[in-house]
Amino acid sequence: MAELAAAPTPPAASPVRLGELRRIAIVPALNEEATVGRVIDEIRAFDPGFDIVVVDDGSVDRTAGIAADRGAHVLRLPFNLGIGGAMQTGYRFAFERGYDVAVQVDGDGQHDPAQLPAILAPVLDGQADLCVGSRFAGGAGYRSSFTRRVGIRLFASVVSAVVRQKVTDTTSGFRAVNRKGIALFAADYPHDYPEVEATVMCVKHKLRLREVPVEMRERGGGASSITAVRSVYYMTKVLLAIFVGLFRRYAVPLEEEQHR
Amino acid sequence: MTPLPVSIAAAIASFLLLVVVFELIRSRRLRERYALLWLLTGVVLLALSLWRDGLNTIAGWVGVETYPPAILGAVGALFILIVLLHYSTVISRLSDQNTILAQRLALLEQQQREGAKEPSR
Repeated sequence: MAELAAAPTPPAASPVRLGELRRIAIVPALNEEATVGRVIDEIRAFDPGFDIVVVDDGSVDRTAGIAADRGAHVLRLPFNLGIGGAMQTGYRFAFERGYDVAVQVDGDGQHDPAQLPAILAPVLDGQADLCVGSRFAGGAGYRSSFTRRVGIRLFASVVSAVVRQKVTDTTSGFRAVNRKGIALFAADYPHDYPEVEATVMCVKHKLRLREVPVEMRERGGGASSITAVRSVYYMTKVLLAIFVGLFRRYAVPLEEEQHR
Repeated sequence: MTPLPVSIAAAIASFLLLVVVFELIRSRRLRERYALLWLLTGVVLLALSLWRDGLNTIAGWVGVETYPPAILGAVGALFILIVLLHYSTVISRLSDQNTILAQRLALLEQQQREGAKEPSR
């Protein structure tokens, strides 16, 4: 991506430039047999050049089989690792196979692959290392439960203060990263409820963060992994992690040679 | 009443616990999810050490008339029990996962040795 940023190309993201890069969509899925097939089709409809890796986080339904039937790479975890461990598995795959760009698209269908160009543009233009699709950065309203909205607001203000940059949607899992981001996430990715911490981690490692407005859909099937009781635990845990993270020293910049 | 030196000693000990737990998290030797119970233990014990009237009141509720600081010991013991029970569940989960990993590894090795194709599911 460094060469790309320096290249004398116009800043508009054209499919030609996208075509020069090895690109992968990481699709975390836990019991998403109802939607994972459609998600794969929609990513291919957006850009057939995208390789797709579905990380099956211990599903007990046909998620892995459906994904494999459509020709996606499938990583089946032997037991549930949680979304953080699942995503990192995808990033390790992307890192080891030498991909230049990775996007995260949830297997539950709430992310519309048709909006990938918006998320990819800042990364392809070399303006950002991590670009997050935000539900609140100007797009249409997003309906959600009260607890979730409170949590999302709280994290947004805390994270904005920590990274000294306005962040509106820290819990969005609709993201694009360049090779730098892939390398970082392959080496170190937060557990449990990772998006908030991953956002902070990126900025601490001097990666450039950008948010773009997106609209998200209602979940197509399955059940959200975040229940009301658990969200209190998660909020405490994530706030603790961010707080402790303030006192941590970060290795910057991350060298590719550090990993196997 | 709780003797002042007891309160001071208990407060220092609880504070030290919090500092040690914090440092363990910071240096990544302790994950946040396993630190929460310890932090709660430290915070509750620290609160009970500093809030001396509260300690006396609670001692009164449970009928400890003679020596309120005994409550500190009891609360500490209760939290240690909870932490241990929590760890027992964690160990059980880890041992289940360990079994699954060993089985997967054995199956993979067998597949690799015999050059079998991965069965589709």
